Amino acid sequence: MHQEYTVIEGDFVNAGVASSSVKKTLKQLNVNPQVVKRVVVALYEAEVNAIAHAYGGTVSVDIDPDKIRMVVADKGPGIPDIALAMQEGYSTARPEVRDMGFGAGMGLPNMQKNVDKLNVTSEVGVGTTVEMEVNFQ
Amino acid sequence: MTLREIVKILNATVCIGENHLDDEVTKAFASDLMSDVLTLKETPILITGLCNIQTIRTCDMACLQVVVFVRNKKPTEDMIELAEENDMILIGCEYSMFKTCGLLYEAGLNPLY
Repeated sequence: MHQEYTVIEGDFVNAGVASSSVKKTLKQLNVNPQVVKRVVVALYEAEVNAIAHAYGGTVSVDIDPDKIRMVVADKGPGIPDIALAMQEGYSTARPEVRDMGFGAGMGLPNMQKNVDKLNVTSEVGVGTTVEMEVNFQ
Repeated sequence: MTLREIVKILNATVCIGENHLDDEVTKAFASDLMSDVLTLKETPILITGLCNIQTIRTCDMACLQVVVFVRNKKPTEDMIELAEENDMILIGCEYSMFKTCGLLYEAGLNPLY
């Protein structure tokens, strides 16, 4: 099953719409609730990042019988040093992002904790792609 | 303790979820930082001063059902609508975060960590 969503820059009101929809789908498919939580927390973090740091992007989700694959690709400034961005507490978030309760430098590390596979690729001035996989078993 | 007891202790008002007031809760977590809420493995009640749509979305993702807004923060219509969709309970009180936590801790509500 394939689902695709568009993420708009600065659109905090709709941050989480994709994750929420994926949550409903996984619940309908009777995926273990603990696994559903890991999936949607990671996807929500990625969605918020695309809205907060980039100029919008896309969320693509592929659900197989045994796993889910999620790709959040944004057009944006990119991440010059991915290892640094993966460090808990490192953040370049604007004040408005912090006002929404985010921007504490916990997003990428939290994605890592919740998924079975994480791959972050980025090109400065072009954008960032976050690929995540979670196994259902 | 029940949510009804929490409402009484905090002299609070129930925004939505009146039908859940006899539900039992054992633990609470207090934060304005939603990133922190997203790291929780359990599902306590959330005590927060952050009153925006992402408070509700975060609770949805983290499977938290009960939010206590402190310092007289009033949820907006879109927040209430989203919370209703997810069968959540929204409670509001006038006390500060510190006082709210203190009163509930004293009454026997446990911390997560």
